[in-house]
Amino acid sequence: MLGDEHIELRRTVEEFAREVVAPVIGDYYERCEFPYDIVRKMGAMGLFGLPIPEEYGGMGGDYFALCLALEELARVDSSVAITLEAAVSLGAMPILRFGTAEQKERWLPKMASGETLGAFGLTEPGGGSDVPGGMRTTAVLDGDEWVINGTKAFITNSGTDITGVVSVAAITGRGGERPEISTILVPSGTPGFTVSKKYSKVGWSASDTRELSFTDCRVPSENLLGERGRGYAQFLQTLDEGRVAIAALSVGLAQGCVDESARYARDRQAFGQSIGRFQAIQFKIADMEARVHTARLAYYHAAERMLACLPFKKEAAIAKLVASNAAMDNARDATQIFGGYGFMNEFPVGRFYRDAKILEIGEGTSEVQRLLIARELGVGA
Amino acid sequence: MNIVVCVKQVPDTATERKLRSDDKTLDRDAADGVINELCEYAVEEALKIKEAHGGEVTVLTMGPSKATDTIRKALAMGADKAVHLVDDALHGSDALSTSYALAQTLKKIGFDLVILGSESTDARTGVLAAMLAERLGTPQLTLARKVDIDGSAVTIERVTDYGYDKVEASLPAVVSVVEKINEPRYPSFKGIMAAKKKPVETLGIADAEIAADQVGLASAWSEVVEFAAAPPRAAGTVVKDEGDGGAKAAEFLASKKFI
Ligand SMILES: Cc1cc2nc3c(=O)[nH]c(=O)nc-3n(C[C@H](O)[C@H](O)[C@H](O)COP(=O)(O)OP(=O)(O)OC[C@H]3O[C@@H](n4cnc5c(N)ncnc54)[C@H](O)[C@@H]3O)c2cc1C
Ligand SMILES: Cc1cc2nc3c(=O)[nH]c(=O)nc-3n(C[C@H](O)[C@H](O)[C@H](O)COP(=O)(O)OP(=O)(O)OC[C@H]3O[C@@H](n4cnc5c(N)ncnc54)[C@H](O)[C@@H]3O)c2cc1C
Repeated sequence: MLGDEHIELRRTVEEFAREVVAPVIGDYYERCEFPYDIVRKMGAMGLFGLPIPEEYGGMGGDYFALCLALEELARVDSSVAITLEAAVSLGAMPILRFGTAEQKERWLPKMASGETLGAFGLTEPGGGSDVPGGMRTTAVLDGDEWVINGTKAFITNSGTDITGVVSVAAITGRGGERPEISTILVPSGTPGFTVSKKYSKVGWSASDTRELSFTDCRVPSENLLGERGRGYAQFLQTLDEGRVAIAALSVGLAQGCVDESARYARDRQAFGQSIGRFQAIQFKIADMEARVHTARLAYYHAAERMLACLPFKKEAAIAKLVASNAAMDNARDATQIFGGYGFMNEFPVGRFYRDAKILEIGEGTSEVQRLLIARELGVGA
Repeated sequence: MNIVVCVKQVPDTATERKLRSDDKTLDRDAADGVINELCEYAVEEALKIKEAHGGEVTVLTMGPSKATDTIRKALAMGADKAVHLVDDALHGSDALSTSYALAQTLKKIGFDLVILGSESTDARTGVLAAMLAERLGTPQLTLARKVDIDGSAVTIERVTDYGYDKVEASLPAVVSVVEKINEPRYPSFKGIMAAKKKPVETLGIADAEIAADQVGLASAWSEVVEFAAAPPRAAGTVVKDEGDGGAKAAEFLASKKFI
């Protein structure tokens, strides 16, 4: 399913990751610093605009192009990959899909160039898997303004110097069986909107993740994104797409583990030979390769259905489940192959190990993916 | 301004590079072909000049048909069109005949400014810019780390061992660039897609009025007579630090006349 232009894009991003990201990302990671310089360069080569139409300053590519870029970046580093993923699939895509002409004009060109990052505020301290049940944030229409109150947890890209807007999911009404949920665009710097300091994270250390709080935060009524009451359906769609993107990112990390391990197995000596001559190491690497290969096919398949406008919910859930699992298993095996060096932050596999776990949690935990797959099969209905 | 960038496809330095045993020329099929690194800087500089002063950027490549990959990359970066000089008769050309073939082609397609890399990573003769300027009868401004255009004048900073020389000439001229000059852009997806639609003109030697008896292996002025693989690196000397490691290291450096 890869066209010439996809192959060339993949090669270009691979080069970029190797030449621009790899030499410096370890230091950013160690210092838990957001890599503005790398992000600026990613913007200059158009990565933030990959699936955005040219009329909004994008590259006019498709979502699959974004996935390929995420995979190649994550092969080297996941912090920059998740920064791109969250900015595009969670930040820009909802505005592209559900925004008004004015909202698109206002936000998309800056987002497509990477000048401005968008964030997606769904999860709350009280719960991420059970969204309607755990949601406490409210937005009340007062004249022609929304008044927002509540707290959001773990929001990627929400507190950088170049964050422009957060789309906040909030309860805008009660009465029915389920609360009415809508999405509202809140520009950074709006009075009443506070961004807390960065979390100290196990992995993704060079990415930006914050807790957000809203206290009588007022934005104009036209900041509603999409229809009132459609917030829940909108983010389910956003998350279905996002899962394919996270699967691609996971495949990249899993592939990075294979790349590093294959090289190290040739170079590292023990008992008078390279460790790659031990069958125990060969089999580990063979299993790692098999996992990453099948996971890649799974996300290609989900992306193919998505682009063909076929139902892809189940395929996206399978891709995310399988790929995040492959990333976690490969990271554990790669670290083992590297021995003590695998436990050192200065080696990429140390970072892969720390970065893999979140892939089984973010944008729907593995349990949630299984729920979705079972539901698609009509099991438990 | 009509800018022509000479771009060479070279074997990837990351892969094993070999000479052919039959005619002792580079085995261009054995390794992946990539754009010569300094040619990327040349393309970038041409694009910057175009962005500042307007005009058109044409890529000129002499090389086998698989060099289209390299042409595509230069087009994806933003060049407007390309001329691909490809002909079996060109195989085995040395630097003199390469400069002749490129000069004939440049005369045919026209130019105000020709930009080259200062050296290729395969043959590394570093002479093409000078030879080309001579054949075209234009000024040569080589080893530029900075290029400024002002009307019909071109000024460069030419790197030297001790700093730089400021050199000025009038257009048309031939310039070669070093890697200090800029940071080549990565092609964007839009650029990659647009490149597919950009015109690439393929010329044979007859089209460019290149005389067959002045190019190719048979008419080369220099000949590769013999070649051998580089000897494997000798094992290093291991010095065990027994408190006198520093002195021993200094001794070693002194013996090599480094200190
Ligand atoms: C670094 C990072 C970045 C993030 N970025 C964003 C972001 O940009 N935007 C955003 O909105 N959110 C973001 N999140 C939040 C993330 O999506 C949630 O953490 C995730 O969805 C899980 O929610 P939770 O943490 O509340 O866990 P919970 O929902 O409390 O789950 C706890 C455990 O219970 C399990 N569980 C829950 N329900 C069921 C069930 N029905 N059956 C079986 N098991 C169940 C879960 O699988 C999990 O193992 C981010 C999180 C992190 C760590
Ligand atoms: C290993 C090896 C050794 C060689 N040794 C010799 C030798 O000793 N003497 C000799 O005469 N020839 C030699 N050649 C032949 C040489 O490859 C060609 O003559 C070549 O086209 C010009 O030399 P260069 O690449 O060194 O050019 P350089 O002068 O090093 O290249 C500078 C710039 O010239 C431009 N350029 C070079 N070639 C082309 C091209 N084909 N199309 C478009 N632009 C181009 C590019 O902008 C490049 O950045 C050798 C070739 C190889 C592979």
